[in-house]
Amino acid sequence: MRSQSPLHLSVKIILLGVLDAAVVWAGVGLATQAAYALLSLLLLGATGLNIAILSRRAYPLRYLLPGLVFLVGMVVYPILYNIYISFTNLQTGNLLQKSQVVQLLDGRYAPAPDETTYTYQAYLNDKNDLLLLLTDEQGNHFLSRGESLEALAPDDPRFVTQDGSVGLDVAGYQPVTGAGIYQLLPRLEALAIPTDGLYLRLSGVRQFRTAIKQYRYDPKADRLVDLETGVSYTPVDGRFTSADGKAIEPGFQTWVGLRNFVTIFSSAAIGKDFLRVFLWTVVWATLSVFFSFSLGLSFALLLNDRTLRLRLVYRTLLLVPYVMPVFISAFVWRGMFNENFGIFNRILGDLFNVQVPWLTNAMWARASLIIINVWLTFPYMMLISLGALQSIPDQLYEAARVDGAGAWRRFWTVTLPLLMISLAPLLIGAFAFAFNNFTLIYLVTAGRPAVLGAATPAGATDILISWTYRISFQGGSGNNYGLASAISILIFFMIATISAIGFRMSRHLEEVYG
Amino acid sequence: MAQRKTALRRWGRMVLRRFPKHLLIWIIIAYALFPVLWIFSASVNPTSSLSQQKLIPDHITWDHYRTLFTDPNYPFATWLLNTLKISGITAIGTVVLCALSGYAFSRFRFTGRRLSLLSLLLIQMFPQMLAIVAIFFILRMIGDYAPALGINTHLGLIMVYLGGAMGFNTYLMKGYFDTVPRSLEESAMVDGATPFQAFLRIMIPLVRPILAVIFIIQFITSYSEFILASVLLRGSDQLTLSVGLRFFTEQAFERRWGPFAAGAIIGGASFLLIFLPLQRFIVSGLTQGSVKE
Repeated sequence: MRSQSPLHLSVKIILLGVLDAAVVWAGVGLATQAAYALLSLLLLGATGLNIAILSRRAYPLRYLLPGLVFLVGMVVYPILYNIYISFTNLQTGNLLQKSQVVQLLDGRYAPAPDETTYTYQAYLNDKNDLLLLLTDEQGNHFLSRGESLEALAPDDPRFVTQDGSVGLDVAGYQPVTGAGIYQLLPRLEALAIPTDGLYLRLSGVRQFRTAIKQYRYDPKADRLVDLETGVSYTPVDGRFTSADGKAIEPGFQTWVGLRNFVTIFSSAAIGKDFLRVFLWTVVWATLSVFFSFSLGLSFALLLNDRTLRLRLVYRTLLLVPYVMPVFISAFVWRGMFNENFGIFNRILGDLFNVQVPWLTNAMWARASLIIINVWLTFPYMMLISLGALQSIPDQLYEAARVDGAGAWRRFWTVTLPLLMISLAPLLIGAFAFAFNNFTLIYLVTAGRPAVLGAATPAGATDILISWTYRISFQGGSGNNYGLASAISILIFFMIATISAIGFRMSRHLEEVYG
Repeated sequence: MAQRKTALRRWGRMVLRRFPKHLLIWIIIAYALFPVLWIFSASVNPTSSLSQQKLIPDHITWDHYRTLFTDPNYPFATWLLNTLKISGITAIGTVVLCALSGYAFSRFRFTGRRLSLLSLLLIQMFPQMLAIVAIFFILRMIGDYAPALGINTHLGLIMVYLGGAMGFNTYLMKGYFDTVPRSLEESAMVDGATPFQAFLRIMIPLVRPILAVIFIIQFITSYSEFILASVLLRGSDQLTLSVGLRFFTEQAFERRWGPFAAGAIIGGASFLLIFLPLQRFIVSGLTQGSVKE
């Protein structure tokens, strides 16, 4: 590589310096807010950038880094994070971090053993600063700005008489009267004014009362003590739980090991859902690919005739279903399959006076989905079959014909095996695609019809991926992200297995026929 | 005369022999096109209700198209523009990023190259949408610090799409670069070009077909993507066409059938307008990319 001009180099270093300064600034900001995941991503990116620009050996990194940032940030990191979630109990009710829960519980108070009440008068200045004059049951007066309590001597010069009671006259502060107090209540409710180990808390519109902290957290023993009752709580399963099983809400995220995975297989209810959804996913993908390929191959055989007129016109017209965006086709078919007004039922009703419950009966809904998917994918199958058919040498057919093989025989012994060499990997790919075809299932039936007695939101037409989605985002009794992530990892292993089989199969077929 | 007669007869025989085949093909075409014709008919039918639609409308009206662009509850035009914007930016970004990384994998020999290629192959096997829960949390976290990149932003969604596009398209790009002889850049560098200049001025023009392929593949993918967009976008004005139409069809689908049909036709047509001029590149580009030197 050529040496660089000093100007070029210094501009580069200055720019890098500015950028690094920005990174440090952002990094400190993230560190103070304990966003360590983002911080590490930022540092990783910045380190890469510096190496790429400063080191000659890392020259290729300059080309790789821009794409790498997105790949790592939006794919690799989510995958790792997903794996992490699958080992936690992240779900509705356990969304907070433990430290957040401890902080939240630290803000809860209980009435003090022998409580005293205080009446108060609030004052505000034009900067909206608060001043409270508190009076206890014995008539002692106290002054507070919210943080602490200051006893006032009976002869304090600031006392004045207001409307027949004692008031304060502090420069700039006006008493809050009438309805104004209601606007101030949220601010007063947040107050906990410390005094002699107790706290003054708002306990009515007109009064404060002494209170104690409800809980004390002991980080060393990882124990939470209820100061009112003396019961101690230890974390069990993402909730502070007492010895007799009473748990404090809300729960927090915690590591649960393999429990989500074990649940899928051992919990009778969820296991049943999993098995049903899994079987339908396999049946759906298999039948879709089978019918679609059969149809596509038949059409390809019809069209694979060089003397056929209008061949290109036909091919283009047959491509239309493939070219339509899936989400549009899905809605159109949903309209056609509509039970009351859809075109199919109107025709069937006119001709035979029958109504087919296309999308509302489990079996019919499954059949409808396969019909739609075959329509969507047969052009692809036709295209790849046409391509593969053209690559089969004519001599092979000649030879078969000489040996006395009929058209049928030629198809099964010459055409199909040879087609499979090039098409098997593509068919496996199509299978994997159908296996995860969330969009179609979700937009046509959204997994419905519902299955009675299912433990999770698993409908009759839900495939694994749409089931995962519904557990995550549409759970009736809350969203269970941990379980959903565990299932998504299982799906990944299935897809990886299918792909591996695809690779091996194509290699195997090539050995046999290639 | 007699000759012409036999020629005519032969032609007639051929048509007769071929007729069943053409008939069969037309039946198949009817199957392929029926839903499209039906939805087009719905979009110009005077009734907007699914139950009263006739395949051949009594008279043609463009009212549904007008409704579509004037209904304030369903900002269809905004959805269409959002989709074109997001898909366009994602596709251009993918082309740029993958051209860079594909070139690096094809031309440079660096430590960890084989391992990176292998990991890339593995990563692209993992469907990005499977990590949707994690992506959702990550984007929410980013949004806390940089609101322009968080949940319910187009930039955030584009970042997610770009990440998902890297694996497969980098492979495609690398395969194509492998077919271009090295001698071309080497001679450019002898003439005094820097490696980056050689890449930009010599290589990029040579690989234009695969750039077109990647652009269109990514455009199609983002245009029809539903799950990520539906989780990450919220406000009615922010939606893409796929999420918007879903929103449109959620309630009383049957009674808003006409405007929906018009929306489907426009959505499909704008897609075709971009797809058709570029489709010839797909076949040629894909086959060339797979051929090794």
